[in-house]
Amino acid sequence: MNTAVNFTDAAKTALKNPTLRFNFRQAMDSLRERRAAQFPDQDELERARDLAGAIRRRSLNHLAEKLVQLESQCQKNGIQVHWAETPAQANEIILEVCQRHDAKHVIKGKSMVSEECHLNDYLAKHDIEALESDLGEYIVQIDGETPSHIIMPAIHKNKKEIAELFAEKIPGVEYTEDVDTLTAIARKVLRSKFETAAVGISGVNFAVAETGTLCLVENEGNGRMTTTVPPVHIAITGIEKVVPSLSDVAPLYSVLTRSATGQHATTYFNMISSPRREGERDGPQEVHLVLLDNGRSKIYQDERMQDTLKCIRCGACMNHCPVYTRIGGHAYGTVYPGPIGQILNPQQYGIDQQGEMLSACSLNGACGEACPVRIPIPSLISELRHEATRNDQAGTVYGQGALRKLHEAVVWGSWKWIHRTPWAYKAMGLAATRLRRLVPSAAMGPWTKTRVKPALAEKTLHELMKERES
Amino acid sequence: MRDIYYFGTCLVDLFYPQAGMAGIQLLERFGARVHYPQEQSCCGQPPFNSGFRDEAQNVAIQQLALFDQPFDLVVPSGSCAGMIKHHWPELLKGTDHEARATELAARTYELGEYLIDHLNVTLEDQGEPTTVVVHTSCSARREMGVAEQGKTLLGMLKNVTVEVPKYETECCGFGGTFSVKQPEISAAMAEDKTTHLAAAGADRFVCGDSGCLMNLSGTLEKRGIQLDSSHLYDFIWERVQ
Repeated sequence: MNTAVNFTDAAKTALKNPTLRFNFRQAMDSLRERRAAQFPDQDELERARDLAGAIRRRSLNHLAEKLVQLESQCQKNGIQVHWAETPAQANEIILEVCQRHDAKHVIKGKSMVSEECHLNDYLAKHDIEALESDLGEYIVQIDGETPSHIIMPAIHKNKKEIAELFAEKIPGVEYTEDVDTLTAIARKVLRSKFETAAVGISGVNFAVAETGTLCLVENEGNGRMTTTVPPVHIAITGIEKVVPSLSDVAPLYSVLTRSATGQHATTYFNMISSPRREGERDGPQEVHLVLLDNGRSKIYQDERMQDTLKCIRCGACMNHCPVYTRIGGHAYGTVYPGPIGQILNPQQYGIDQQGEMLSACSLNGACGEACPVRIPIPSLISELRHEATRNDQAGTVYGQGALRKLHEAVVWGSWKWIHRTPWAYKAMGLAATRLRRLVPSAAMGPWTKTRVKPALAEKTLHELMKERES
Repeated sequence: MRDIYYFGTCLVDLFYPQAGMAGIQLLERFGARVHYPQEQSCCGQPPFNSGFRDEAQNVAIQQLALFDQPFDLVVPSGSCAGMIKHHWPELLKGTDHEARATELAARTYELGEYLIDHLNVTLEDQGEPTTVVVHTSCSARREMGVAEQGKTLLGMLKNVTVEVPKYETECCGFGGTFSVKQPEISAAMAEDKTTHLAAAGADRFVCGDSGCLMNLSGTLEKRGIQLDSSHLYDFIWERVQ
């Protein structure tokens, strides 16, 4: 699978799209305000982050044993557990289950891990139609797009664009901008599919090792329908989603919903612990859990990078990122956009394939400040930039050194010599200040395209202090 | 009289030496004896943030040796102070210099923070009534945790009204080499920030970090927006003359 992305060009195109800029600014402002309203007390926020971060750290500290425990507990509960090292393996496992049940179409709840697998395309190639049941996912699916945000997949579209899309793509639908009517249209389409789907496929927010419970957080009830109406339920998730015990779930759920959508609680919270039992009147006859690695165990092996796996996929980092707010999610060209994507994608697919986006960060720290589990995202971006430019082959990340450019290496090599050699540094200062009028604007490169050239001083601070001393 | 070290930073050295002097004079007025090692150059943030850690480490080791007396180190920039305080120990981890970097980090301060918390300054405003709009750098805000200190100092000036722009806490788009590597994204951020600065209706824009100041004053001027810019410490020093 070709995983190379062209970030910079896509970002430039996005910046020139005023509708996109406006849609994202509005949406991110609203999400940030709603989150802030959920955390009126700064001390409480920091305590909640401490606790959630500690739970995720503890989960990772015992990852291997907790995964084994999760598997055995799930099996005790009657849930069939499958391990997939690659997306291709996950797809095969899911296809096999679907084919065994003679599925012609399946219904899906929201799952970013299934996006990693490009599962819908894969199933389509095998004549199985996969329909997304989350409203945002449904919108991007019928438009042939991918999610632009991990929580709000269709956040890049405004009401008018969705109205046009529905009128164009759904047979018999007339143009309307009425939100309730649009929602009712999608609901009607989806209802009929829920009734006939042979398999429901969902993601997982937390997998509890102690009890073998799969937790699913959602607002539309489509998650509950997906996991209970069809005769077979397949849950797919990354191996990092495991938590040790049930008591770990509440603190994580609390920071997840408040950070993601600014909700104190979501409308639905599902805890799936088994297939339908004897005497029960509903629920699937079979439940499968697919645990996907896809680069995670490699990330796990590097202590510096392991914090990447603490993520609970709330999206707060993108909501607070000034770059994401301006270019939107599609510009990244990857499954995960925004700051979490910037640290996750290059590690999963290689710096040579998806490392370009590492430069799209001013290291302003807003993502790290918002992260409910205290992932030091800016530090990890900085660390990955080091991996991207190192030439000693001593790194751990796929594609290390791929972004090292000769001219940059020369610039920083010279920089080092000048800045550690006091006479050279002073000579450079003297030359720059004395010749300041001669420095052409063009020497500043792209800087002066949108800025006036900064004025060099007549004398450096070094000189002013020297004069004062004498 | 307390002895302190002053790390002027490379941007102040070349572009805002008057602000650097203003900082020194403020420190002296409020009871500090300022030591300015002439061998100082740069904290190494540009190569560090670009991934070139070996180069940054090499210079950090050489600079570290200049501040070996147990004096507090004061820096007129949240960004460079943050580099020394938080990233030098990380950069020198596992080397012979780690302990010294950690020890220096514990006595490194941003200038505004130092004036308020350690020298307990009070400022006597000698200027005419005016309104300023302030931008606080993200490093001062999030790395150094000194988001309010600049405004606190300005607030001591009785004839100065302090305004903040809409989206106060958002990055201005500078980000060091980010502004060169992703110039279009950086410019979009700077454009938005300058629009909000202008909308604040102030007489002057002030900023305590040279990088943001250079980015924003340059963008204001290029866009033809009539709003004069000053380095925070230049402005404060002028007001107390």
